Amino acid sequence: MIESLMQYQFLQNAVITGLLIGVVAPLLGVFIVVRRLSLIADALSHITLTGIAASLLLEKRVSAINDWNPVYMGMVFSVAGAILIERLRKVYKHYEELAIPIILSGGIGLGVILISLADGFNTDLFSYLFGSVTAVDRSSMWTVLFITLGVIAIVILFYKELFVLSFDEEHASISGVSGRFIHLLFIVMVALVIASSMQVVGILLVSALMTLPVASALRLSRSFKQTIGLSILFGETSVIIGLFSSYHLSVPPGGTIVMTAVLILVMTIMYKRVQKQLLVKGEAT
Amino acid sequence: MKQKPMVEMEQVSFKYEKEWVVKDVDLSIYEGQFLGLVGPNGSGKSTLIKLMLGLARPDRGSIRLFGEPIKKFDQWEEVGFVSQKANSFNSGFPATVLEVVKSGLVSRMGAFSFFKRKHKEKALEALKTVEMEEFAGSNIGELSGGQQQRVFIARALVSDPSLVILDEPTVGVDAKHVTAFYDLLGKLNKEQGITLLMVTHDIGTITNHATHVVCMNKSIHFHGASEDYKEFDDDDLNELYGHSVHQLTHNHSHDEVNRS
Repeated sequence: MIESLMQYQFLQNAVITGLLIGVVAPLLGVFIVVRRLSLIADALSHITLTGIAASLLLEKRVSAINDWNPVYMGMVFSVAGAILIERLRKVYKHYEELAIPIILSGGIGLGVILISLADGFNTDLFSYLFGSVTAVDRSSMWTVLFITLGVIAIVILFYKELFVLSFDEEHASISGVSGRFIHLLFIVMVALVIASSMQVVGILLVSALMTLPVASALRLSRSFKQTIGLSILFGETSVIIGLFSSYHLSVPPGGTIVMTAVLILVMTIMYKRVQKQLLVKGEAT
Repeated sequence: MKQKPMVEMEQVSFKYEKEWVVKDVDLSIYEGQFLGLVGPNGSGKSTLIKLMLGLARPDRGSIRLFGEPIKKFDQWEEVGFVSQKANSFNSGFPATVLEVVKSGLVSRMGAFSFFKRKHKEKALEALKTVEMEEFAGSNIGELSGGQQQRVFIARALVSDPSLVILDEPTVGVDAKHVTAFYDLLGKLNKEQGITLLMVTHDIGTITNHATHVVCMNKSIHFHGASEDYKEFDDDDLNELYGHSVHQLTHNHSHDEVNRS
């Protein structure tokens, strides 16, 4: 793979994009998981698919548009979906989580219609669903780089506010933190990262890259910073091993990346178990 | 000389669905007081606290904190709050005691500033006050209820507030730690001059420690010095609670805490 990496630009694009999302997806994932918002990632990835479908349809029907990158339309839909979820959460004050299935199923419903109007599934769409090592072009690689840098900068700038809001919303409010602003900022970042990750991991598996590394890190870490560090380490490892095996096995990277993340999760759970047993044995003797 | 109250509530009422939970409450808290807020379950004590902190908006009446209308109030570093956290927080949250306490400094720091060494030292100092400094590196979820509550007190104290509000902080704390807990509050009030407002069920103990007692059931039935409250006899309490109660003795109240 290393040799081909030097040779082919498409591989470089995929690897660089993969390495970038391997950092930001788990980084935001930590906040998503501790705030129990894991399903939001799923809802937003599905609405991203709707955007992709809309873009593919437009490309087909409107002759003026032929070289549009569907990723951008995906981003627009994802961000719009994020804002819509926030609105809906206010409508259903007592059932805030209802907003998620509404957007998720609405997204898929519209997506299916748009896809069939665009003459059904083709290879393009398949690569959006499960990721691809060949589909990332230079321009979207740059977009992902830009988004990654922006997200990292915002997380650093608002780290203490994001932490307070995640740990204790009431306390955030009496600390003078504007929960609504931070939350909106956060969910828009999530929407952009999901749309960015989609090309490599695929829509159906994006949320896994945001949650599985965090699930593993939670088993091992004591502090919040350590959780972030380990999540990024696990996310990055999954992306590297996943891309490598995807290339050699000729299967979509979404599958291999997520399965690597699952493997890491199983290993951390087993490690914790063995550690506990050793501890019990140590106390017994 | 009449000093300005830290908290000033005038004719405050709050409705949940269609029922009044707090009705026509006038309450002022002055610097240096240790105020115990007691009343039966569902008497609106916690709601009153929420109104006071701007976490809920009153349907009627006005609330001022440090002379400012609550909506405009922004000196949050002056106010510390300890809620019934032992029961309600996500104990799987991956944060150390030190990280939790440092988060209490956010109100003092302002936007675009970062945690630095001095913030860490401040947090360790607050942990020392509650005798929890050796747990700084521990995960918050691994501590006992009483230890967690101490950490939350440290978080409330770390910004050097002049007013600390505690909502049933002894719920879930074992009896042997409750005494130490009251001693700590007494020290904060007397030695550091921090004004305290504490919601509690523990009527017997609070009257021994607080300087003033407020007794409410939707509206305020008694507000005065603790000594006078002791004169407030069982008949008055029965009327307030709507059933027969006795003033809790010291030991009895500890059992009460254990059971809850």
